[in-house]
Amino acid sequence: MTEAVLTVRDVSIEYEVDPPVKAVREVSLTLHRGEILGLAGESGCGKSTLAYGINRLLKPPALMTAGGIVFHDRSGEDIDVVGLADEELRRFRWDKVSMVFQGAMNSLNPVINVRAQLFDVFTTHRPGMSKRDKQRRSEELLELVGVDPKRLSSFPHELSGGMRQRVMIAMALALDPQVMIMDEPTTALDVVVQRGIIREIMRLREKLGFAVVFITHDLPMLIEISDRIAVMLQGEIVESGTAADIYRDPQHEYTKKLLSSFPSLRGDRGDFVRTGHQPISATPAQGGAA
Amino acid sequence: MSARDHTAAGPRTLEARNLVKDFRLRNGLKFSTLHAVKDVSFTLQAGRTIALVGESGSGKSTIARMLARLETPTSGQILLDGTPAGSRGREVAAYRGDVQMVFQDPFASLNPFHSIAHHLERPLRIHNPGISSDEVRRRVLELLDRVRLTPTDKMAQRRPHELSGGQRQRVAIARALAPGAQFIIADEPVSMLDVSIRLGVLNLLAQLQREDHLGVLYITHDLATARHFSDEILVMYRGDIVERGPADTVILDPQHDYTRTLLGAAPDPERIGMLRDEVRAAVTKENA
Repeated sequence: MTEAVLTVRDVSIEYEVDPPVKAVREVSLTLHRGEILGLAGESGCGKSTLAYGINRLLKPPALMTAGGIVFHDRSGEDIDVVGLADEELRRFRWDKVSMVFQGAMNSLNPVINVRAQLFDVFTTHRPGMSKRDKQRRSEELLELVGVDPKRLSSFPHELSGGMRQRVMIAMALALDPQVMIMDEPTTALDVVVQRGIIREIMRLREKLGFAVVFITHDLPMLIEISDRIAVMLQGEIVESGTAADIYRDPQHEYTKKLLSSFPSLRGDRGDFVRTGHQPISATPAQGGAA
Repeated sequence: MSARDHTAAGPRTLEARNLVKDFRLRNGLKFSTLHAVKDVSFTLQAGRTIALVGESGSGKSTIARMLARLETPTSGQILLDGTPAGSRGREVAAYRGDVQMVFQDPFASLNPFHSIAHHLERPLRIHNPGISSDEVRRRVLELLDRVRLTPTDKMAQRRPHELSGGQRQRVAIARALAPGAQFIIADEPVSMLDVSIRLGVLNLLAQLQREDHLGVLYITHDLATARHFSDEILVMYRGDIVERGPADTVILDPQHDYTRTLLGAAPDPERIGMLRDEVRAAVTKENA
């Protein structure tokens, strides 16, 4: 777990609009092999922009203005992600670092079936692969994520939200990547389905040993599943540490604020809603009896 | 407002009695029936909060829409203070003076063309015919002040796109209060908002509830806020209420299997690392 697989150093990303928006400011991160790194923050804090930056997916007006990203391959080779040019970049993406996008419902192509979309990955990245091998590997992948291989012939609209998300994860796994970036992979899903997907991700990680960057605003969930957590605010990482440290001993005001935004399910009521600023005698329950 | 919240018989009530809603679905030439809500009954009292929890498709929003008279029940009754709510135009208008809804998406529920003042003036004028313009103006500013949108005169002139999500949802709450409603149906009022402002909006709603002695139906999938915000929780599953009771009892001592599943799926930082260890053990077993 101590060996690094991805090092992000002082990355800054700007949206070149008028006036320029500094979306990510000098962020440094180290992702270790096989760990889950949680990236927490609210809308507009730059967490998705950073994820896109790591995969070199930024489109104008977004521009990486400074910093370095180095990927440490299994083979021992170090790849400078920022320096990759067209063809090298195309080979690097999805093969080494894959991504599960926000709103998986909408990231599958609605007019071709699941088989065609999975085959597409192999056609692009494994040109020599025979059709039979592609079929075999696709079935294997669907089984891995808990979807019936018969579903290869289905179109996205014939699958439920949870199944579509699982297919997206299967696609991200197709080339056996060493890092998976997950940008709010479960936000649009129901709590029960969400739980199933997260369990699946954790199981696959144990089996296949990839590292995960898990991006979400749901801090309690991150604390439950991550090894380490980084909290982002206005483009900067304001605090990072192990999940236990972030939970038990948060240092930054914003981390504390985020933590207190989620009332405890089973614990004390604390200073939450019903007993807020008003004295107890003014609570509606008792007022109703008066 | 204290004179309005009691009838001769006691606190005001909004009751759903044996509500059923079926939707007819077409698939090619075949028709099938979806039972969205199957025989649901509950009574909401002024000053109390009932939380309706369940996953998507369980029928929670259909109940909300029926109570707001946006959907007609297939069978069953809605009673306001023990009297069946009528279905004629004037009766529905009077009903809406007492029961109002706050929608989930504050980005879609306000008209981008109109100012904030307009959003609040409309219900004031509709529900108080003959009211003077000065009085309308005064009440608009008062409503904005109550939902803490200050300075009120500046806020009144703004348009929805100039406000943040949390501010818009406050406007939606003010709009629901404008007719002088006694019952508020809040359908996932904070799920579209950023996490750090959710509690603020809920706290505001709770405070307005105390001030006006409102009855609130809080629809959510978030069990933690349901517990802290409500007196009673109803758990819905596929159109049925499978469990109901005082908030703490339902959460801390669930009886139905589905409630347990829901509770097990809710993130809980107290279970730090437990899922990892569980999965790890399962994988090791698989490999052995």
